[in-house]
Amino acid sequence: MCVAVPAEIVEIKEFDVAVIDIGGARKNVSLMLIDGVEVGDFVLVHAGFAIDKIDEQEAQTTMALLEELAGLDEIS
Amino acid sequence: MAHGGGGTRMQDLLGEMIFPALGGSLAAAEDAACLDLPEGRLAFTTDSFVVKPLFFSGGDIGKLAVCGTVNDLAMVGAKPYYLTLGLILEEGLAFDDLEKVVSSIARTASAAGVSVVAGDTKVVERGKADGLYVNTAGVGVVPDGATVSIAGARDGDLLIVNGFVGDHGIAVLKDRGAFAFDVELESDCAPLNGLVSEMLGAGAVHSLRDPTRGGLAAALKEMAAASGLAFEVDEEAVPVREQVRAVCEVLGLDPMYVANEGKLLAAVPAGGADDVLEAMRSHPLGRDSKVIGRAMSGRGGRVSLTGQLGSSRLLRMPSGEQLPRIC
Amino acid sequence: MRFLDEFRVPAAARELLREINALDAGGTFMEVCGTHTMAISKAGLRPLLAPSIDLISGPGCPVCVTSDADIDRAIAVAKLPDVTLATFGDMMKVPGTEGSLASESARGADVKVVYSPLEALDMARSDPEKRVVFLGVGFETTAPAVAATALQAKRERLRNFYLLSFHKLVPPALRALVSLDDFDVDGFILPGHVSVIIGSDAYAFLPAEFGVPCVVTGFEVTDILQAVKKLVEMRDSGPSLEVEYARAVRPEGNPKALGVMDTVFEPCDAEWRGLFVIPGSGLALREAFQRMDAGLWEVELPEKPAARGCRCGEILCGKIKPMDCSLFGTVCTPDEPVGPCMVSSEGTCASYFLYSEQAEDTGTGASS
Repeated sequence: MCVAVPAEIVEIKEFDVAVIDIGGARKNVSLMLIDGVEVGDFVLVHAGFAIDKIDEQEAQTTMALLEELAGLDEIS
Repeated sequence: MAHGGGGTRMQDLLGEMIFPALGGSLAAAEDAACLDLPEGRLAFTTDSFVVKPLFFSGGDIGKLAVCGTVNDLAMVGAKPYYLTLGLILEEGLAFDDLEKVVSSIARTASAAGVSVVAGDTKVVERGKADGLYVNTAGVGVVPDGATVSIAGARDGDLLIVNGFVGDHGIAVLKDRGAFAFDVELESDCAPLNGLVSEMLGAGAVHSLRDPTRGGLAAALKEMAAASGLAFEVDEEAVPVREQVRAVCEVLGLDPMYVANEGKLLAAVPAGGADDVLEAMRSHPLGRDSKVIGRAMSGRGGRVSLTGQLGSSRLLRMPSGEQLPRIC
Repeated sequence: MRFLDEFRVPAAARELLREINALDAGGTFMEVCGTHTMAISKAGLRPLLAPSIDLISGPGCPVCVTSDADIDRAIAVAKLPDVTLATFGDMMKVPGTEGSLASESARGADVKVVYSPLEALDMARSDPEKRVVFLGVGFETTAPAVAATALQAKRERLRNFYLLSFHKLVPPALRALVSLDDFDVDGFILPGHVSVIIGSDAYAFLPAEFGVPCVVTGFEVTDILQAVKKLVEMRDSGPSLEVEYARAVRPEGNPKALGVMDTVFEPCDAEWRGLFVIPGSGLALREAFQRMDAGLWEVELPEKPAARGCRCGEILCGKIKPMDCSLFGTVCTPDEPVGPCMVSSEGTCASYFLYSEQAEDTGTGASS
């Protein structure tokens, strides 16, 4: 139910369509379900639609936590 | 096309295009080709090719047909020599397309060091044959003493692949226009007999399998089952290109089950593995070769994948075509 | 891949496992999302967390809980002349009373697998002679996308585009589950992407009304382990709702997507395969979209067979194990599955079957 991946908006086209790039693969996705995305934003893509914008700050917070945990693993 | 009914139109097609492209023994127009082969056991195989689209990034149905049969021979350690070529053409197939395919067959055969020595062409009515179906049969010779077999893997053997998996399946999917994605990727379609020859020259190779339909997963399961051994595979070690991984993430596909046409899975005795790997990495089709696991005694056919946390799960045999999923 | 690879940190996962074990407490936690089931299986988490922590699969695969009757209807529609049935790949092998979409496709029904409902729109545009029916399956992650597609079809006056809606909703199913008399689970691992749409607030009733701890989380191993750790900690600190996927989930969800979904669909009662009818847990097309509702078509359906003895309901609620079901491995196998636990390749029964098959000769018995 939940195969959705983060992808970068690389181009905004007309009619609520954007081009996303993930790992070098590109696809058109529909922006009908979100507002206010710009080139450079990261969105979650599911079934050909962008369903959400990734909160980059929250992502950074989690990444920092993971780095900290990884550091503890090195010690053990 | 009125070419398929025998008679002068067919003679034109054969004479003006197919024979010149494929050269040599075909032009003799004998009913059968009489050939010489060196000493050793005869290896004989056949395959049919129905790929869509006919032309894809990195290849076409012609190249595929030559490589597929050459590779089947190489997988039993045979040096391939001769191919037959059967073409079933759909009425209305563009002459240009046929010409391109035949040229591709000629080029690929030449690169693989094999000759097309016999063939047949038929035309079927519009709506059948998806444009073009190709069948090839191939003969090769297994040098005396060489024993490479699907059942040949032994306890302690290392499992090696010659490079990135999943390229062909994803490239063809893209070129078919399925699921509307774009990616810079080519099919890995290639004849492996040269690489195999280098490997056999560098050391013992117990078993070979080319992971075509069903992907690397199918090849691992088949080899493990045939040899009666259990395989342990390090999932993180299996080489996959970033863009293939990305497309698989989006579509919910597993690269382990995606088709390849220029890859092999080898079971090599641990002692000689370094030499074989070095020989592989020195060959253009083996630069990214990697050890991905090992064979051990245990429940025959059981393949476990070890993940990043050290825990393992069982690899399933693919059942039918892998489809994109949302769940 | 950005925002994916950075969360795949084996060292952090190992540390989290260590911290979970150090808590010296455990529990039985249920995940309710097919993708979580897959992720947990892939990472081999169950054996690493056992025996103190038991992760069980709830009715979280919207594909696998699609009833026989619904599959039969989809097949019947696909068999109609001049119909193309477009579907997500997941649905192809789910069995109906007499076959599946895959087997019917082999017999000539026009069934096309798509990645996005928008591809079905393309099909309708390019072949006006065909009636293109999109098979809508999925939870709230997918329903807005299907709704947006229907809206687009309406805007373009695409008269040959239709929908068959078997969408289901998560919160009503959760409510029905926790209301069961003998439902006894120590916490929920909640689906990250459904939550992107409905928002984490949608689950507030679980701790508030039922005292059940829950954590909304993503699909990386580290996300799942963070959730498990939180759930174990809540056994001491008390039940609450937490979000371990804040990079994608907000309390209010995605209002625009919810609005689109609401414009096209309205809640209805729905039958969950292997369970029962859960009130208000399905989505039906609103009256304004009746023209495109293929569910209203008259089709010939096979007679409903007698009850099969499927005990998925009890397995999905964690009450019994697959081997306790008399159909397991006999009538019900991965090749011929009866209930959702076997339909899903990562379902409880399918997993047990795989491991028990492999363990046969060594006599170690099923372990999963």
